Amino acid sequence: MNWSRKWINPVLDKEFRLRMRTPRSAISLLAYVLVLGMIALGYIYVSLYLGRQGNHAFNSGAGRMMFYVLSFAQLVLIAFMAPALTAGVISGEREKQTLSMLLTTQQSSSTIILSKLFSSLSFMTLIVVATMPIYSIVFLYGGISLKQMIYIFLFYLFVMLLLGSLGVMFSTLFKRTMISVIVTYGVGLCIFLMTGLLYLFVMSIVQRNYFSMPTTATGPTYSFVGYILGLNPAGALISLFEPGFSKGAFLVRNGNLNSDAPIQLWQEFLLVYSVVIIGSLWISIRKIRPVAKRKLRKGTYDAPSVETGASDPS
Amino acid sequence: MIDIQHLSKRYGNFAALKDINLHIPEGTVFGFVGPNGAGKSTTMAILATLMLPTSGVARVDGFDVTRHPKEVRKRIGYMPDFFGVYDQLKTTEYLHFYGASYNIPRTEREKLIPQLLELVNLSDKRDVYVDGLSRGMKQRLCLARCLIHDPKVLILDEPASGLDPRARIEMREILKELKQMGKTIIISSHILPELAEMVDEIGVIEHGEMVAQGRVADIQARLRVKKVLHVRVMERQEELAARLQDEAMVSAVLSDNTGVHVHFGGGDLEQVQLLQKIISWGFAVISFHEAQTNLEDVFLEITKGGPAE
Repeated sequence: MNWSRKWINPVLDKEFRLRMRTPRSAISLLAYVLVLGMIALGYIYVSLYLGRQGNHAFNSGAGRMMFYVLSFAQLVLIAFMAPALTAGVISGEREKQTLSMLLTTQQSSSTIILSKLFSSLSFMTLIVVATMPIYSIVFLYGGISLKQMIYIFLFYLFVMLLLGSLGVMFSTLFKRTMISVIVTYGVGLCIFLMTGLLYLFVMSIVQRNYFSMPTTATGPTYSFVGYILGLNPAGALISLFEPGFSKGAFLVRNGNLNSDAPIQLWQEFLLVYSVVIIGSLWISIRKIRPVAKRKLRKGTYDAPSVETGASDPS
Repeated sequence: MIDIQHLSKRYGNFAALKDINLHIPEGTVFGFVGPNGAGKSTTMAILATLMLPTSGVARVDGFDVTRHPKEVRKRIGYMPDFFGVYDQLKTTEYLHFYGASYNIPRTEREKLIPQLLELVNLSDKRDVYVDGLSRGMKQRLCLARCLIHDPKVLILDEPASGLDPRARIEMREILKELKQMGKTIIISSHILPELAEMVDEIGVIEHGEMVAQGRVADIQARLRVKKVLHVRVMERQEELAARLQDEAMVSAVLSDNTGVHVHFGGGDLEQVQLLQKIISWGFAVISFHEAQTNLEDVFLEITKGGPAE
């Protein structure tokens, strides 16, 4: 088909073929949907039969809570899956000794990097879309709007893009896939866990300082601590569910919920990590091939040592 | 076609290439000879735009590899010493992928790929997954990949390594065909006799330095490589080898199941005298002739051996 020839470049075409021809892809898809399905069914079982009230009812409130549970479970699964799918895309080619041949073709560095990222993201998107029937259970009970659900899925796409870009960058920078995967998971852990813990730690210090002030003193209502939570995907996700959550994240004393938070957490998340995504992709594109830096003196080059898969020396 | 001037490459304190100068005219088959770690693959990787030199200039068809890498890539077909293949692709899909990566339109590729498979004797494997090919077949497929965009220059790093004798002969025949097609080929190999048959010029590199360069015969003449005499006797071969060790013009003697190989520094007259002496010792001589010195002898004569710096 003409449209596919126009839009699908050779690297992307090859990546799609290779990815979908291995049984691993089908197995990962099945395992992912099964895990999320088990979580959904498990939650329904717990709510219906093990609930404190013992009313054995699954109402819209419970449906809403289930949506939250599923959304967080999905976020955690994405955090595990994205590095595994992207942190070996370049280093894997290097280990298979196919990278040097790919780099001597006419495909530009940006085409190679973006195609690799796009193919990985496409597969992740396929997995996330495959979980939609599980979410349909929520709609049976109500409590969630379609708009909210679309926002959540767009947020997932952004998180996948973030972790995917970091994975591709580390895959370009490190020769070995194992190291690249470990570093990507490490950075993912910092984003998911460390930012949350840091928020709680700093918040406790700030609040202790404010509450130790004399009651007559008028301290600020909002603190910078909310910005830390804005770096956390879970914080940003909750702010999408509950718009008032952002106010709570910044609020330290003298609650005034009528005033606005400096920024919605999800907005901060998008702004900050967009820069990270662009930076990661830029580094990947620059580093995949050796690029000569022009010196002031014409005709001479500074030659950075870039590993390309060619054996060295001799 | 290939022009290298004062090319150097350093990895920290280690100098992989030291001031290499090389000129390879169009249509030449250039054999790159040297021990492991000498700098052959580094030079080839620089020519293939995969590595930057620390200093110096390398040009392919007039284009500087550091300033115009895209133009260089259009003109070269690069086959690395170790390479992998995409096992989940079929042979034709593999070539289509690389063809498309060189921006060759599909209609053109449809005509080109059967011709390339014919050239490398893989026509009957067109619908086979690359995973199912033997090492020799993969090597030939990789060569077909190098040719898909009809490059002027082929950079082949150890194309025959790891192949069995039959596969090596097949590879050599393909390279001869490519030579007839007028391609400029720069080829490295550990198996020197293979190169000797087809190269126009050789460059001998050791410890990152080009120690000799030119036509094999010219280098042989310049170095005055000692002649090797091959002697076969009816019996007492080991005794003959031992007695020849003590002769004045003999520098080395090697005895194997084909006879006695004598590294001889004398001229024609001394050669006649040596034969007379062997007969006078009572040996029944079956044959006594001067063996053709080959690339291996040249290589051993030039290179000093020993570890790199």
